[in-house]
Amino acid sequence: MSDRMPRASGYFRTGYAQEMALTKTRLERASLFVFVVLLLAFPYFASAFYLDLANQVFLAAIGALSLMLLTGYAGQVSLGHAGLLAAGAFTAGILYKEINAPIYLTIPAAAVTGAVLGVIFGLPSLRLRGLYLAVSTLALHFIVVYLGGEYETKRGFSTGITIDAPVIAGFRLYGGKIWYFILLTFAAGTLLICVNLLRSRTGRAWRAIHSHETVAEALGISIAGYKLLAFVISSAMAAVAGALFAYYRSFVSVEAFSLFLSIQYVAMIIIGGMGSLLGALLGAVFVTLFPYLIEAALMKLPNAQSYAGLLFAVNYAAFGVVMILFLVFEPQGLVGIWRRIQTYFLLWPFKHKPVAGARK
Amino acid sequence: MQLFVNIIVLSSIYALIACGYVLIYRVSRVLNLAHGELMMLGSYLLLTTASSFSGHPAAAIAAAVVLSLTVGVLVYVFLMRKMTGEMALAAVLTTVALGILLRGLMVLIWSAQQQYPGQALGFSNPAIALPGGGRISTFAALLVLATALTYAALFFFLRFGRWGVRMRAAGQNPLLAAQRGINLHAVYALAWGLSTLTGSIAGMLISLDSGLTNTMVIIGLKAFPAALVGGLDSLAGALVGALIIGAAEVLSIQYIDPLLSDVVPFLILIAMLVVRPWGLFGTREELDRV
Repeated sequence: MSDRMPRASGYFRTGYAQEMALTKTRLERASLFVFVVLLLAFPYFASAFYLDLANQVFLAAIGALSLMLLTGYAGQVSLGHAGLLAAGAFTAGILYKEINAPIYLTIPAAAVTGAVLGVIFGLPSLRLRGLYLAVSTLALHFIVVYLGGEYETKRGFSTGITIDAPVIAGFRLYGGKIWYFILLTFAAGTLLICVNLLRSRTGRAWRAIHSHETVAEALGISIAGYKLLAFVISSAMAAVAGALFAYYRSFVSVEAFSLFLSIQYVAMIIIGGMGSLLGALLGAVFVTLFPYLIEAALMKLPNAQSYAGLLFAVNYAAFGVVMILFLVFEPQGLVGIWRRIQTYFLLWPFKHKPVAGARK
Repeated sequence: MQLFVNIIVLSSIYALIACGYVLIYRVSRVLNLAHGELMMLGSYLLLTTASSFSGHPAAAIAAAVVLSLTVGVLVYVFLMRKMTGEMALAAVLTTVALGILLRGLMVLIWSAQQQYPGQALGFSNPAIALPGGGRISTFAALLVLATALTYAALFFFLRFGRWGVRMRAAGQNPLLAAQRGINLHAVYALAWGLSTLTGSIAGMLISLDSGLTNTMVIIGLKAFPAALVGGLDSLAGALVGALIIGAAEVLSIQYIDPLLSDVVPFLILIAMLVVRPWGLFGTREELDRV
């Protein structure tokens, strides 16, 4: 197989199987291998701080990938993603507190909760489009977060629910390194599910709905079914991310799931680049690391300690600026920049793509 | 009676804020989710002018009002102008980003502590006893009055004013309006200015009445369901919507659960979206345009 694989210089696909293949060229396969090895080796070299950063990136990546499926591919806008994360986190937290459920029950339970909420979040999409749909998801976010807060106050956990480190077969899941591998597995699994959905019938149906609903319906695609499916799958993934977040932080509180978190997820897929899974990953990395970059930059300034209290305000302002810059000047996001660089080198010494380019 | 007064006051707060959403949406089909932040910026501007014009409260208020109008126009000229003609959603997300930016900047400039522009201006806020046993604070009464005046002024402006007619024309059909020689950018800038102005008046009066913290953004966001329930492109609808949302919120605080008050507007919003997404007084074909 390997010697029949083309090099990056040409696009000699002669069958559908080649078009569907996960890695298309030798270079792609080799770089993927190197990347995986680096990912697996990372926790043995990194300090606790960088491990924590990586874990946050993985959590964000699961959420961003699920939102990308919904918004970037199926074209259904959601401003309530944090509500779904909250639902997952609270499912895990409540099951743990009330019946002391183990992690291998709470995570599937979170997924089920997410799927049910996905139907609820998705129902308005059968009637509403664009702006109005965004508003309805925004409203649902507030309702989910309210229900979580209501549980906290009624049961007397007004500062939040603490969750002990889960135990599987006598083995305690605790510490950055173990969670690195758990979260990496979940993130990779999510990515694989997304890739497979997108290169199959479901993904094509979503893209058709995104481009033109009426035409998609004329092609025999069940609009309602596939829209709801997009919401259900995306919400289930987000809820699992929320449950993992709860276990990773050992703590659930409604304060963590503000509207700002929803906006951050939307920002991830915009900054990363709409309609691209790579974009979701890049966006997750960028948005997660951004506050730490700002903090590091701020601490370089003279008498840094006096600014420490203002850090969150600086973060807010800088985040707003970056989001505006991407929306106005680079709507394609980081992936757009990446593709432009790629095209530049692929075409060098020429400047422009042929009209019917082989590569998008 | 007190309940009735509370409903009226809260409804006028929502109505005064909601007309800002309606103005921009009606003219340019952009939903301005930074309205809460712009409104808060207005009351912080009042705080600043109050200290620079100390002893002249009227001058301070006038300066703050002019400044907020300018801010609205500047937001359009420097930011939203670039988003005209883009996807409606990109424009909405830009306003969200603007809101985050403003929130950060306001904390940086004015700090996050609770402040009282009323004290800075030297105003006291005595309660007025109403016939029938209710009480209303002076600035709350002023707020109800300001809402009535603003709506009356906007109705006349949009109906008879030269620029008001232009705004309605631009909202109905931008292409035809541009062909008839209406300067769309000027009309949109004016809409943003007026929207920020009305929002700021609401923000100033709220802060004069009960102080100024960054929770004001939530009031701004809760006024959005009022605009949508009434119909996003209808000013009269915004009044009715504000009354519905205000009444529901006050009654649920009184009879059900105070925690519910932040959610009730959104529950009504969802109910409305399910039953009649274009709102009570909105235009039906709106939905297909977005």
